[in-house]
Amino acid sequence: MTPKAYRRRLDIKNGRVDLSHGSGGRAMAQLITDIFHEALDNAWLRRGNDQAAFDVAQGRMVMTTDAYVVSPLFFPGGDIGSLAVHGTINDIGMGGAHPLYLSASFIIEEGFPLADLKRIADSMGAAARAAGVPVVTGDTKVVERGKADGVFISTTGIGAVPGGLDLSADKAQPGDRVILSGTLGDHGVAVMSKRQNLAFDTDLVSDSAPLHGLVAAMVEAGGQDLRVMRDPTRGGLAATLNELADQSDIGFRLEENAIPVRPEVAAACELLGLDPLYVANEGKLVAVVAPKAADVVLAAMRAHPLGRDAAVIGEAIEDDHHFVQMTTGFGGGRMVDWLSGEQLPRIC
Amino acid sequence: MKYIDEYRDGRIAQAFARQIAGEVRAEASYRLMEFCGGHTHAISRFGITDLLPANVRMIHGPGCPVCVLPVGRIDMAIGLARRPEVTLCTYGDLMRVPGSRGASLLKAKAAGADIRMVYSTLDAVRIAEAEPSREVVFFAIGFETTTPPTALAIRLAAAKALKNFSVFCNHVLTPAAIQSILESPDVRALGRVRVDGFIGPSHVSTIIGTQPYEFFAEEFGKPVVVTGFEPLDVLQAILMLVRQVNEGRHEVENQYVRAVTRDGNAIAKGEVAEFFELRKSFEWRGLGVVPYSGLRLKQAYATFDAERRFDLADAGGEDNPACECGAILRGVKTPTECKLFGTLCTPDTPMGSCMVSSEGACAAHWTYGRFRDRARSAA
Amino acid sequence: MNAVLPDGMARVTLSGVSMEVSIALVGDVGVGDYVIVHVGYALARIDPEEAERTLALMREGGVIGSSEMMEALP
Repeated sequence: MTPKAYRRRLDIKNGRVDLSHGSGGRAMAQLITDIFHEALDNAWLRRGNDQAAFDVAQGRMVMTTDAYVVSPLFFPGGDIGSLAVHGTINDIGMGGAHPLYLSASFIIEEGFPLADLKRIADSMGAAARAAGVPVVTGDTKVVERGKADGVFISTTGIGAVPGGLDLSADKAQPGDRVILSGTLGDHGVAVMSKRQNLAFDTDLVSDSAPLHGLVAAMVEAGGQDLRVMRDPTRGGLAATLNELADQSDIGFRLEENAIPVRPEVAAACELLGLDPLYVANEGKLVAVVAPKAADVVLAAMRAHPLGRDAAVIGEAIEDDHHFVQMTTGFGGGRMVDWLSGEQLPRIC
Repeated sequence: MKYIDEYRDGRIAQAFARQIAGEVRAEASYRLMEFCGGHTHAISRFGITDLLPANVRMIHGPGCPVCVLPVGRIDMAIGLARRPEVTLCTYGDLMRVPGSRGASLLKAKAAGADIRMVYSTLDAVRIAEAEPSREVVFFAIGFETTTPPTALAIRLAAAKALKNFSVFCNHVLTPAAIQSILESPDVRALGRVRVDGFIGPSHVSTIIGTQPYEFFAEEFGKPVVVTGFEPLDVLQAILMLVRQVNEGRHEVENQYVRAVTRDGNAIAKGEVAEFFELRKSFEWRGLGVVPYSGLRLKQAYATFDAERRFDLADAGGEDNPACECGAILRGVKTPTECKLFGTLCTPDTPMGSCMVSSEGACAAHWTYGRFRDRARSAA
Repeated sequence: MNAVLPDGMARVTLSGVSMEVSIALVGDVGVGDYVIVHVGYALARIDPEEAERTLALMREGGVIGSSEMMEALP
């Protein structure tokens, strides 16, 4: 009778990641099985290969890649794990595609607590299951103390585009309407509230969420009349619209009164000297839509839980300078320019 | 947001706009200077310029402490930060201000200097307490609003008997700056600006009160309206100034009655008087040397004075010769009249301080207002 | 202001966002007062009566210190 192999369990409570967990030996195998496979569990991972095989749909595929380096790792409404799942799904979704599979690679700093790693992995697993998009393959590396800020996560996602749909940043035209799916700045402010040097308290949580359901509803309502969609993450709505203006060779004119912002976000921005238009969002999208489809797309968005506060916030205009202009609540005009450097709170 | 949203009501703004348009004399021109950077920002961000008649022109004054900090002082701060034992604590705005040869605190940080952004002087004291092996220096700038917080930081550090905390003091005084705009040999040579009235600063006035402005109103015959920093406050103040000009009055009026009194904040003034004294002269970017315009720590607190502690010499850096920050700060030129504006000098590649600080005239114009240049050149 | 804390600090709130600031520069402030906050310090107390007076004048299109009352504009 072969003796049963003795395998000491990982000390999740007090243990830390060390260099042996990245060396390719038993310790690494155990880390992967006990933490990652357990949390992310699906048929592909259970097969234990370095790659995941699947049949390819007919038609067009989309692929995206992302890296997540958020600090702090845990914030109200999410963590680096759930953020990685949602963000990657959203990048796929912005192409109008239905997300199919994700991959995730982890670069972990020596000394990182196993309890935190498990928490992150479990959160990723929960997010992936809730969204219906499995993490089918992954990789793990461990680097010396000080070479990674706790953990970095890099992902890839693939999806399939419904036939005939071709959303692209260069397709917006003068006259198109700009629709925003909900309130601005929730994620950025929630994360900032936990940063050491800006201590303020709020009940605000990150809006981190997978948007593919909302996108599917929009595609069904608007079809070919959807020109382009993008999620306003780093740099906020301002960055996204300035990018689109350049890429489509147009300008935008927005209505400040139409842009939804929660009172707490407005207050936090006021206290810190920030502008909500530049703060990151992780569960919102902006869509540029042909005028004839704007009403029906807006209605479809408002009917979806993640689009309740959707609003038409402006329109595309002819402009060789590619300015993003805004009519303020005052009836005056201002520009919404690119962000310069890092958004630093004002002092004066 | 209470006490904020009410002062941003768009309909009242339109009403003010009509009122102002109705009261300006068609043949007169009204050049009003808003001194405080917070006002420059409010005017730009809310698009107030569009609500004013063409003959009311807002001129942006030098009330932006980041903007008036001379190159030499930035160089000194960068030099300090480069010392391996020093932890330099600074307000966020200062990180990207250009020093000599394109240096900045942000670049020094990227090269390894221990520079930390803080929101409050209390954070700097906390860092000093938590890290006794570090020499913690707080880079202090600002007008009378930020000076009392610096004073309190020194008081706290002294109370905790901290041996590793000091302040690099660049605090400056508002009345001195206003005076230098109105009257000074240097300014006369460089080009004096015609100003018909002043929008007085909000935060500064909560500290110093309205009394210090009475001298200017009297001596130079210019009306001053001390104003809150919400956009409706600014519009109301513009109306009040237009009235004073029309009626030939030059008084100090207080629009910001909800927070400002004639005497100001006695506690804050007392704290400042305890720890600081006047420098005989201080150099301002764009205004040159202005007498009795800056503060330094009193001898009794020399150990908290970074200049004495580290034996710092004023290097005296030089601005780019084409940089028009000086003329712009004095309201003599507009951002678009600077050759560097929008070409070599942009918020991402600032050559001068007017472009770095979000309240600087150039940054405000670039970020919020440059779409008007195109309309003007097309017309 | 929601609460006075030890060491000359207080907790202030704006629309559900709260932070701790120093009240060492303002004399008699208590819970329920509104203050102007800047770089982590309360600089001045907002006088609610004066604030209302300013707003009322603004709504009537008037001006601080003006003796004439302007006609309310639509």
